[in-house]
Amino acid sequence: MNNHYQLAIVGAGPAGLSAATTAIEYGISVALFDEQPALGGQIYRAIESVPEQRANQLGAEYLRGKKLAEIFRKSKVEYFPNTQIWSINSQREIGLLQNQQAKLITADQVLLATGAMERPVPFPGWTLPGVMQAGAGQILFKSSAIIPADGVVLAGSGPLLLLLAWQYLHAGVDIKALLDVTPLFNPLRAILKLPRALMAHHYLSEGLAYKAELKRAGVKTLHGVSDLQAHGEDQLQSVSFRHLGRNKSLQTDLLLTHFGVIPHIWLTQAAGCAHQWDNGQQCWRPEHDAWGSSSIDGILVAGDGAGINGARCAEHAGRLAALQVLHALGKFDRRQRNRLAEDDRKSLQKERHIRPFLESFFRIPLTLLTTPDDDTVVCRCEEITAGQIRAAVAAGHGDSNQVKFLTRCGMGPCQGRQCANAVTHITAAACNKPVQQIALYRGRPPVTPLTLGQLSSLCVQEAK
Amino acid sequence: MVQVSINGSTLQVTEGITVAAAVLGAGLRHTRTTVSGAKRAPCCMMGVCYECVMVIDGQANRRACVTYVRNGMSIETQNGTGPAIANPIHE
Repeated sequence: MNNHYQLAIVGAGPAGLSAATTAIEYGISVALFDEQPALGGQIYRAIESVPEQRANQLGAEYLRGKKLAEIFRKSKVEYFPNTQIWSINSQREIGLLQNQQAKLITADQVLLATGAMERPVPFPGWTLPGVMQAGAGQILFKSSAIIPADGVVLAGSGPLLLLLAWQYLHAGVDIKALLDVTPLFNPLRAILKLPRALMAHHYLSEGLAYKAELKRAGVKTLHGVSDLQAHGEDQLQSVSFRHLGRNKSLQTDLLLTHFGVIPHIWLTQAAGCAHQWDNGQQCWRPEHDAWGSSSIDGILVAGDGAGINGARCAEHAGRLAALQVLHALGKFDRRQRNRLAEDDRKSLQKERHIRPFLESFFRIPLTLLTTPDDDTVVCRCEEITAGQIRAAVAAGHGDSNQVKFLTRCGMGPCQGRQCANAVTHITAAACNKPVQQIALYRGRPPVTPLTLGQLSSLCVQEAK
Repeated sequence: MVQVSINGSTLQVTEGITVAAAVLGAGLRHTRTTVSGAKRAPCCMMGVCYECVMVIDGQANRRACVTYVRNGMSIETQNGTGPAIANPIHE
């Protein structure tokens, strides 16, 4: 590994891979860092090692990752798997950790393609062993062929939940019920966005095909579910909810939930990039222009980490960011950059037509995001409840960071990844303010856990 | 297959999987307790929720979902903040 690269990319998902292979063709030095031992990100996880049968069960969209990986393997990009990025600053100085050894490198241009994470939505019992996120179920299936042996209850809202149900159906998993918490009036709202969505109709036909197949197979799907709760002493035993005006309950030892995905912004935050509240996607995302340039010179973002648009868009956005990087490095002028970008720009626009419809259709109700129950744990690490957050707000702390200082909410090992959004929503509701007026937690390095021993290995290296 | 020890029991697990996948596959229902004693288990499987921290090869607070199994690895449920550091790094 060199101490300096012209382009450093973080994340080996679709955005990072396509950016790397585009940039390397112009003879610049490119390094790609990723925490995982294999490339593909979460969406194409295990893409190079997955057996054919499992790949088919995962569906056609998953297989798109194969081509990306093949092109990447033929390129001369320096690829560093098993590498954690624990710091990045506005001077494009990157702190990384490999085999217990910390290292600082610099880059002329940095592309952060850190992808998405599940939107954490606290509800009673969500911390019980046996309650996991739907993405976790999918990751276990993709990379380890582990599927629920004793059946599963799926609950939440969003395309991923439907996809996972379809994948599980093909893998022979007993789906006890699919509890859809999407409000019943959402489809009505979304209808206005349907004409535009038809311009990217493959998403719609795919979704409808999954639905039809689940129905044919007799998977029990309940729509308009509310008041989701997980129960159990030391582990999950049952799930209760309201459906059509009645309280219902199901016995299960596994509940997989999904409430949409949000950008993973901990590195852009650490770098000090400006962020904005995206009302359509109900989350924070880094501010960026049409090329992915963030508010900091030489730091770009692409893929779901820049705002949720899905894997196909990530590929295009990655290439657009690479073109901007090459332009910034003087490889070609603005006109040539624009010309080279034409195809990706067009495809990106086309794929994006589905988004307003999806955002409207799967919009998470505010009642769920603000966690009505005072006893529900919001900060999983420090075990801070919604009631404690509301008490802090009532005591005059009308801001996420003040709530954090007062309660320790967001100060645990996950550094607020799991509670930031919920705290923002709860604080906003308690202050009677719009969410975008509540400041986001300030992020500070180290972004991932780093022992003092690992940190001091920096000095050992310099002394040598 | 590789051989690991999960809370003292020796087990053969598939090579190339994460510690979290291995312990879930082995039927471990919880992988840590919080400071207050509540039981927790892996939740996100992608390194962002930090619920799966375990004591791996004597080192506490290691995320089981981003740590891969190795032959001879010792994996233990983490209670609270885990054991006091017994193995500071000496070069």
